[in-house]
Amino acid sequence: MASTIRLELVTPERLLLSEEVDEVVAPGYEGEFGVLPEHTQFLAILNIGVLWYRKESAVEKIALGGGFAEVTPDRIVVMADTAERADEIDLERAQRARDRAEARLKELSLDDETHAKVRAALQRALVRMAAGGGE
Amino acid sequence: MANLRAIRKRVSSVKSTQQITRAMKMVSAAKLRRAQDGINAARPYARKMREVVTAVAGRAGSDAHPLLTSREAKKLALLVVTSDRGLCGSFNSGLTRAVHRFLNEHRGEYEEITLFVVGRKGRDFFRRREIPIRKEYLGVLGSVSRNHAAAIANDLVGGFLAGEFDEVQIAFNEFRSAISQVVRFEKMFPIALESSGKAPGDEVDYLYEPSREEILATLLPKYVQTMIFRVLLESVAGEHGARMTAMDSATNNAVDMIARLTLQMNRARQATITTELTEIVSGAEALKG
Repeated sequence: MASTIRLELVTPERLLLSEEVDEVVAPGYEGEFGVLPEHTQFLAILNIGVLWYRKESAVEKIALGGGFAEVTPDRIVVMADTAERADEIDLERAQRARDRAEARLKELSLDDETHAKVRAALQRALVRMAAGGGE
Repeated sequence: MANLRAIRKRVSSVKSTQQITRAMKMVSAAKLRRAQDGINAARPYARKMREVVTAVAGRAGSDAHPLLTSREAKKLALLVVTSDRGLCGSFNSGLTRAVHRFLNEHRGEYEEITLFVVGRKGRDFFRRREIPIRKEYLGVLGSVSRNHAAAIANDLVGGFLAGEFDEVQIAFNEFRSAISQVVRFEKMFPIALESSGKAPGDEVDYLYEPSREEILATLLPKYVQTMIFRVLLESVAGEHGARMTAMDSATNNAVDMIARLTLQMNRARQATITTELTEIVSGAEALKG
């Protein structure tokens, strides 16, 4: 029985990651789910959120902007709309984006069409900050 | 024989043209390399996307989502991907001509053909011929982004789901290599399922979260985006390749032209000198007499 699982993370622009890891936790549609080696076949929509994976005792965080995950017993492939490693995240920019989104949300009414968009932008900023080790 | 000053002027004008074409060739070569990197970087995602779509749609069957269901193709939408800028050989003219021919040949087959055009060159072509364009996308090719592809995909998928057309095809220059681009027509959707050779149920089905239908509903439009994104990237790479080749031959032509003009110029100069000499000599002879 394999003791590790292959994590592949692709975005439309690039292949971000292809690594053997021990454990992956991803932000699924209905909440976070964990994946260990020998997981059953599984296909999920991913929300905007933080994905983290553990390799022995080292934990890495990735900020995801939504996507899909396909899990097979020896592999998890994450097809993300956007994905950034913690060390790639510009915290200040994310903070500015959050402030901007928060300010706009105050002006917009709930049923405004752009409301959902701005809220998604806010969420992405928050996720970046969380993954990047900010507040 | 043309006069000396006129030839000199021509030479210097051809020389500056040559400088421009040479610079453009170099710029295109650099941009081509970047575009190729882009294609390569986008490949893993596109491949994975296709795998998953095939796997899921194959299990779900063609009734699971409208994008998979083929219906009688009465109304066709055609997305034509050209470039915004010219000076790239037959890159645009080859494509627009092929589309024009396609329109004439297939007019009888479909009740209606709706055109969507990417790129200023294609827009100008159809506008000149007064062929109506449903929607044009200009300036998306400078830096192809996921968002542009998404916007185009939304229009096409939206129209398809609303029943405005029954089939969507895309006409573009496929990037074979830096010197070879081939005009291609590709059916985009309804998505034809490649049969994997295995009967569905051969493999263990996935667990789905939330459900297979909901996943398909988000997955398929994204798949269309990915296809369009790929086509845009290929078209941009092809454009730079075509421009590089065109500018290379323009530079070579300029070199030949300069050589020919220089020869002409030297002959003209020689002729003037000979005439002057003859005049001096005959003048001297006359004085002797």
